[in-house]
Amino acid sequence: MIPGIACYLLLALPLYQAGPQPLRWGGDAEGGSPFVEADPRHPARVTGFDVEIAELLAAELGRRPAFVQVMFTSLDQSARRGDFDIGLSGIEDTPARRAALAVTVPYYEFREVITVRAADQQRFRTLGDLRGHRVATLGGTIAYELLLDAERTHGITAISYDDDVHPYTDLAIGRVDAVLLDHVLAERAMRRVAGLVTQPAAVAVGRYVGVLAPDRTDLRDRIDGILRAAMRDGRLERIFRKWGVWNEDQPRLYSEVLAAATVQARAPTTQGALESAGRYFPALLRAAAVTLVLSVAAMALAVAAGVLIATGRVYGDPLTRAILTGYVELIRGTPLLLQLFVIYYGLASVIRLPAFVAALLGLGLNYAAYESEIYRSALEAISRGQLEAARVLGFSERQILRLVRGPQAFRLALAPMTNDFVALLKDSSLVSMLTVMELTKQTQIYATNVGSWVLPGLLCAALYLAMSLPLGHLARRLERRWSAPGV
Amino acid sequence: MTRALAIRQLAVQRGTRAILSGVDLEVARGEIVALMGLSGTGKSTVLRLVAGLEPFSEGVIDIDGAVIDAGARVARARLRSKVGLVFQSHHLFEHLTALDNVRLAMLHVQRLSLADATRRAMSLMDDLGVGERAGAWPRELSGGEAQRVAIARALAMDPPVLLLDEPTASLDPARRGELGQILRALAADGRALVVTSHDDDFVAAYATRVAILAAGRIVEQGDPRTVLGNPQHDATRELLRIEKTKRDG
Repeated sequence: MIPGIACYLLLALPLYQAGPQPLRWGGDAEGGSPFVEADPRHPARVTGFDVEIAELLAAELGRRPAFVQVMFTSLDQSARRGDFDIGLSGIEDTPARRAALAVTVPYYEFREVITVRAADQQRFRTLGDLRGHRVATLGGTIAYELLLDAERTHGITAISYDDDVHPYTDLAIGRVDAVLLDHVLAERAMRRVAGLVTQPAAVAVGRYVGVLAPDRTDLRDRIDGILRAAMRDGRLERIFRKWGVWNEDQPRLYSEVLAAATVQARAPTTQGALESAGRYFPALLRAAAVTLVLSVAAMALAVAAGVLIATGRVYGDPLTRAILTGYVELIRGTPLLLQLFVIYYGLASVIRLPAFVAALLGLGLNYAAYESEIYRSALEAISRGQLEAARVLGFSERQILRLVRGPQAFRLALAPMTNDFVALLKDSSLVSMLTVMELTKQTQIYATNVGSWVLPGLLCAALYLAMSLPLGHLARRLERRWSAPGV
Repeated sequence: MTRALAIRQLAVQRGTRAILSGVDLEVARGEIVALMGLSGTGKSTVLRLVAGLEPFSEGVIDIDGAVIDAGARVARARLRSKVGLVFQSHHLFEHLTALDNVRLAMLHVQRLSLADATRRAMSLMDDLGVGERAGAWPRELSGGEAQRVAIARALAMDPPVLLLDEPTASLDPARRGELGQILRALAADGRALVVTSHDDDFVAAYATRVAILAAGRIVEQGDPRTVLGNPQHDATRELLRIEKTKRDG
């Protein structure tokens, strides 16, 4: 009875909160402190300087703040769709954002800094010192753009992560040799991960802004007014001091913002849509090649392991069958993403697999479970008469599998196998979580850079189809050749 | 006449049901023995046991010196090249052409060279009148053609004992006559043939001996014309009555 009443009260609660519409603001709580982070004491609430800025804006607008969780790399698209009124999550001021969205005045200036292992402090001071080494950062950021430039100018290898924690943990264990990111993130990481040093010299300077849908310029202008007032009367300074990120760069930024009617975006490169399409296309082709090579290799592993598992389940003793059934159920019953994380990050203390190898193993061993089920059912679909005919002729069981049962089962398995290969081609996009730069990830970075998904999406789809269609065609031709001619 | 196949006191139990309960049968080289009986009397089971496809509960099967004991795990390796079986529905390997069906065992069991295997397989198929169909897939063959390819495949190992399960079932009367001629030629080559059949005309025309199976035993055997013309056992009379009813429609 009491839980029933409590449920009713919880459901009814929003009805009693009538009043002005809340200010819906978007951020990524996974981005963490000091921007936006789930409050450790009340995980349903968020804390951070972006949270307090949102509260300040809402109060001035006479509205209540309501947090909307959005993945960091999707904030721009989400703002454009109108999922929230304003996005605040350490979002960088770039020309592409200004072109695609309504952007507020900058409210914080940060430095892009290089973090290295303490042992390398003297060796790696600048990007120029890192020639031939792997440098990590968060994808879709100014820092990533800087690293792409440095690939050409300094011969480094840029590694893109989907979060800002693993670049530093991978730096500590030696998977990468440096990390380039905001000094705010670098300082936080050094508190968490031991043995890291951040070089004092800034590689570049950037600023955080709020983003709104392009037609919300009226709200943007009101928010700009509120931010300017908070810069003048010290309320912004108090927030940043509270979170320990206030420094001498900010008063300079504020006087520039308060003096100018508009503030130019500061970014290392400025490019038009066509120029960036031309620049990104070779990268998309390279990423497509990674996707193809990874998928073909993973499928080869899946087929080989799948054949062994299926054979073991059809011919093995009860113990072998039980172990293999357990493997298939475990793999099919848990998410591929989880398996990839376990192989790459979870096993890192035991065996430090390179990202590509971890991706290949993860995809291959996952698909092996599915392939084995196809082969098992195909083997079991071969009629007893075929097997008995072979037995009477004196073939051994091994020969029967190799000469009669296997070849016939393969024909049955071909169509579902083709299906699985196409699925694997697309599932390979998940390995971007392990920093492998494959096609979908490269497209996402491209889309973030140009502020639109239209052209990148079309190019990406065309490349996937160019890989999957010939395969389907080949499979259909094989099936036709094996099916009854003229009957 | 030398004995090729000797079955003694053969019994098979499946659960509590007795399928065969003491079958005795001897077949010499050159003989064509027809095994007749109502459906479900275990004719096909006898062939499957001799071919080593199933274990049995009691008795002994001696195939040209290779002995299978009751209860022992089926020792097909010892039967290799001793016995051939032509299934009622042929069971040609669906993924192989007619020629490959015939030469597969020659290549992988006898380990003949490809040239030798091909020569021998073609000669067998030519003798059986299906040489021209060597390149055809099983699904492209007529019932009669498939049967001859299956016979050629069963002869690949040159076995002294050849078993055929209901070979007349899917053939029209003209093709039955041709099959009868083929069986005679194979027997004349010195093979012992055991054929199950429902067709008393065919048996009377081509078998050298008929054995009637009823209630798990052979109840009557002898010259086909004598046994079928003057049946001594109730089971034989019943069998002939049912076959006549079926024929008369």
